Amino acid sequence: MPAKCAKIQDYGIIGDCRSAALVSREGSIDWLCWPKFDSPAIFCAILDRERGGYWRIGVLNATSIARKYVPDTNVLLTTFHCASGTVTLTDLMPVSSEAFKRTTRLPDQEIVRQIECSAGEAEIEMEFVPRALYGLHPISVHDLGKLGIRAKVGKGVYWLRTNAPLDLSETLAHSRFRIRAGDTFQFSFSYTEEAPAVLNPLGDFVRAGIERSINFWREWAGRATYEGPYREAVVRSVLALKLLTFAPSGAIIASPTTSLPERIGGSLNWDYRYCWLRDASLTIRGLLGLGYWDEASDFMEWMLHTTWLTQPELQTVYTLYGRPALEERELKHLSGFKNSSPVRIGNLARDQLQLDIYGEVIDAAAQYVFRGGTLDAGMQKALRNFGKYVVKHWSLPDEGIWEPRSGRSKHTHSRLLCWTAMDRLLNLRDHGWKLTDAHSFSETRQQIEQEIRSLAWNPALQSYTSVLGGDQMDASLLLFAWYGFEKSDNLRMQTTYARIRDQLDAGNGLLYRYRNDHSEGAFALCSFWEVEFLALGGGTQQAAENLFHHLLSFQNELGLYAEEIDPANGNALGNFPQAFTHVGVIGAALSIADRAKGTQSLPHRQEKASSHGTAQEASA
Amino acid sequence: MNWQGWLLWGFVATLALTTMLSGSQSLGLTRINIPYFLGTAFTPDRRRAKLYGFLFHLIDGWVFAIIYAFIFESWGHANWWLGGLLGAAQAAFVLMVGMPLMPSFHPHMANEQHGPTASRDLEPPGFMALNYGVQTPVSIFIAHIVFGIILGAFYHVHL
Repeated sequence: MPAKCAKIQDYGIIGDCRSAALVSREGSIDWLCWPKFDSPAIFCAILDRERGGYWRIGVLNATSIARKYVPDTNVLLTTFHCASGTVTLTDLMPVSSEAFKRTTRLPDQEIVRQIECSAGEAEIEMEFVPRALYGLHPISVHDLGKLGIRAKVGKGVYWLRTNAPLDLSETLAHSRFRIRAGDTFQFSFSYTEEAPAVLNPLGDFVRAGIERSINFWREWAGRATYEGPYREAVVRSVLALKLLTFAPSGAIIASPTTSLPERIGGSLNWDYRYCWLRDASLTIRGLLGLGYWDEASDFMEWMLHTTWLTQPELQTVYTLYGRPALEERELKHLSGFKNSSPVRIGNLARDQLQLDIYGEVIDAAAQYVFRGGTLDAGMQKALRNFGKYVVKHWSLPDEGIWEPRSGRSKHTHSRLLCWTAMDRLLNLRDHGWKLTDAHSFSETRQQIEQEIRSLAWNPALQSYTSVLGGDQMDASLLLFAWYGFEKSDNLRMQTTYARIRDQLDAGNGLLYRYRNDHSEGAFALCSFWEVEFLALGGGTQQAAENLFHHLLSFQNELGLYAEEIDPANGNALGNFPQAFTHVGVIGAALSIADRAKGTQSLPHRQEKASSHGTAQEASA
Repeated sequence: MNWQGWLLWGFVATLALTTMLSGSQSLGLTRINIPYFLGTAFTPDRRRAKLYGFLFHLIDGWVFAIIYAFIFESWGHANWWLGGLLGAAQAAFVLMVGMPLMPSFHPHMANEQHGPTASRDLEPPGFMALNYGVQTPVSIFIAHIVFGIILGAFYHVHL
């Protein structure tokens, strides 16, 4: 059995920008999908401790466990202390530069685990229990002597090699051995669908691979141009975001996991191993704001080229290669994280209509251009066609940003992003890009603005509302200022903010995204939106910094966030780690830094935003 | 000696063999990637290895085709089933003799007795190339029979 891992935040992530694994505090890899993020899992004990496979390396009778990443890297260190000694487990998926890959044969996918004893001695236990197709079948493992242990599944083959003693049974490998100060044991677990597989030797080669990976990540993290406050949290967030990037296509997935629950024991369990376009604008802002041009360019390419199959219509969610996401189905053989069932793969959101995504994609492109990027002819055509689509469809009801499964409504946030789409296309035209049917775009922008100002504003509440003519709040209304529709210090935004704080307060300084009956956790990203709202002028700099500082207390000791936070106890909820939350961390820090410097990284928005009376005027 | 027939149909037969093995890999019948398998002898660069391996395999196919041509000439005739028989014989030789000996020929193939080293780190194919999947011998057998059939059937055809 994998070691007890009671909380989502007890996990850390390692990855190679193609796949990722979750490693528990006790040294158990309880989640791994190879060769890609959305491939079936070979280890999924996180979703079923009995049936899901796992690979644990731990110290017997450990009295304390401490975890950290090697600074500015995605190399995970777990240090076990026991009465007789101290042992450190190093976990990573080796990464290296393209130049190095051209000079050395390397496995397609590999996890390296190295265990070293720095003081005294300790008893180590290793259990390797692979299971095929999300725990559906055990896998036969075969001892091929000095080549290692081989397990075949479908089109691929897994290899486990180690210098530690191993006992092999039909479907698992087990080992218990004593480690003494100065001893090092190594494990290499690799996967390939192509023969001959590469079986790099252990020893110095593995040590060099660890060193190479550390240097790779440090060099990459060192490219961050951010010099503002909370740099450690910002760099950790962008390192996490990089791990969620699928390098071959440039896609960025929402999370590497499926069905980690938004409510323990509940059914709000979704597959996030896909790419949501709704994250586009904020993600591009984060990447560009930190100086990661290559990643931003790759993501832009992915958004505008890989989605060509469905253009001018955009789907809510895509696979890593821009195909429609898998149809949703339940894995009934898995009990789910802490019996939170069902476990789902695929995502029904693929069939939803979300009009906000056009604004997200167009806004991302506009940011990219205004910061110095260029659009090729195909990209320009795609943007023009998205704009025409918005002109025709903006007034339709849709599912909206939060993808409720209760039907369509006329969401204010979707209108805001349709307005943003028109506005940014007109901005681009003003900058000389031949993208627009200017008259219809300008007319549509005006129509949307009028509708938002009249129908999304509830005079009785003195607040914008979640849907046209509604009376409920939605945290996405905080983005009015971010997209430049309203200034954050104007009267309407101030009263809307007060209403959001009142109606969506989750306690512990956190926010729900909206009010519903599901009792889900507070939505972490929304609190970072609140920080941005304050930093953009909705509050004082001190208020923004205080809230940001408070929110940092909810990250785990590795600096990682899930999608949601249980306001009652601060536990992580939902898929983990979550790209959107880490994008929120980066965005909030950038806005705080901008405010401190008295600059605006998105000045055109503030120039456009409507004042409609400032709070100061109101109070006067 | 029909040099034109050897050049043309040796080329076509090799392409057919390579295509069939590539298709077998895509269908999950075998993991062997012949161009990669051969190309790793020349370069560690995965992409270049596949290109070099493909070119090497093409030349290799022509070399084997000329042996087929000599045999057809010595028999005085060629037809599809004679070609197919030669293909089957070649496949048997490759699988039962060539593959187990591969660690001796390939400079980077690991040895089952000694395990991987820094310079020899590629998974050896083993007897009948069974390490690369239990259906690998079948795929290789069929691909070589088709290679022989094409040569046998078309060797004397003049375009």
